[in-house]
Amino acid sequence: MRATARLAARVDRHGRTTLVELRGESPLLLRQVPAPGGGLTVYVVGGAAGPLAGDDLRLDVEVGPGAAVRVHTVAASVALPGRPGAVSRMLVRATVAERATLLWLPEQLVAAAGCAHVADSRVDVAAGGTLHWRDELICGRYGEQPGNVEVNTWVDLDGRPLLRQSLAVGPNAAGWAGPAVLAGAPATGSLLIVDPDRPAEPPAVGVTWARLPLAGGPATLWSATAPDAHTLREYLEPETALDTIAASGGRGERGVVRVG
Amino acid sequence: MATPTMLLLLADGRFPAGAHAHSAGLEAAVAAGRVTDLDTLAAYLRGRLATAGLVAAAFAAAARGAAWSTGRAGALARLDAELDARTASPAQRSVSRRQGRALLRAGRRIWPAATFDDLPTVPDGPHQPLVLGLVGAAAGLDPGQVATVAAHATVTGSASAAVRLLGLDPYQVQALLVRLAGACDAVAARAARAAEEPPERLPAAAAPLADIHAEAHATWEVRLFAS
Repeated sequence: MRATARLAARVDRHGRTTLVELRGESPLLLRQVPAPGGGLTVYVVGGAAGPLAGDDLRLDVEVGPGAAVRVHTVAASVALPGRPGAVSRMLVRATVAERATLLWLPEQLVAAAGCAHVADSRVDVAAGGTLHWRDELICGRYGEQPGNVEVNTWVDLDGRPLLRQSLAVGPNAAGWAGPAVLAGAPATGSLLIVDPDRPAEPPAVGVTWARLPLAGGPATLWSATAPDAHTLREYLEPETALDTIAASGGRGERGVVRVG
Repeated sequence: MATPTMLLLLADGRFPAGAHAHSAGLEAAVAAGRVTDLDTLAAYLRGRLATAGLVAAAFAAAARGAAWSTGRAGALARLDAELDARTASPAQRSVSRRQGRALLRAGRRIWPAATFDDLPTVPDGPHQPLVLGLVGAAAGLDPGQVATVAAHATVTGSASAAVRLLGLDPYQVQALLVRLAGACDAVAARAARAAEEPPERLPAAAAPLADIHAEAHATWEVRLFAS
């Protein structure tokens, strides 16, 4: 199945974000829902099971100057096997203009046994743009070993590289479940916050999570592994993450690791 | 292509660039109880090779490829920024730059005629793989050989640290390295091929626990290894 969807938002002359384009096709259907404040919320509604190996899906998101858009998905997506040798692909291409905000907070991607899936995200944030970007990966449904999944996150800020991360799990990814990568944790993910009004936060670390100020601008990455999706979400909820920032008062508290 | 001896000299852990002081995250992984014996060490090394090893080898090979190009300063600056974007952990960025500085010091003394001045002038030092690329060029290595040196260093550094940290039998650890030789060569070959791509397309293989281990290790007051 091939499908494309596109979402473009602008600010109208009253300063409110409006959609100038919202179109999709099954299984990438987009629905606007009422949102508090001047922003706008869009849900991606899966119109079919999957992605199934062989699917080629693409979503373009364009947030114009000063506009604010929040994107969720209604449910986790489950990457499933298809015909032998086929790979499913999901490309999200997003641009965030100056003074614009994109909150990309989808549900998890679940790697089912035997799947072959590549999730590509390419995000361009202009100087002065705000981005919250969450990726969560669950390695297998309950009691299941995952197929091959690659999650590629490429983010540029003001035309310069900010974040390049490619996480691979499954039989083709050597050592992925071992102590150098996930140590057997079935859930992993990250939350990137780019915010021109907040300097990059000092590093902090716990047993299975870390808060990482990036080199390329006012941006912080939360990275975590967890025993399940629910625990992972606790690490990667923007409100909680930002509370941790506030609570630390920028003093650079570092977590709980024994001195060896 | 460099002579065999030149390749061996650069890959030797006794090359005076301070590599022996680093465990590449292993000390923190051992303290967290994630690496405890030969089997978990093997899994650790395989994961390192496929992630940090691939990225380091590709960037070293790319820097080697840029060594004789016109516009070399611009190419190296771009590689430096792309490698920063692949190194989310500030502790890991700092370790890579410190190791780069140490290797640069050795390179300047050993090959005084070579020029290293086009490396990005970052206060903490240039990233280690970039310096390795230029040192490799000075020694006459081709990009594939530079990638081999980088991939080899990824596994040997942690392996010799494991002998000290876990008291493992050195013969068994060496036998493990022998078993990993094929994987190491495959990663180097893949890195050398990838290095021909534009910098933004170079591998970015990530490992959440590598970031977590590096940040945890940086908080310790007492440690055996510098990383």
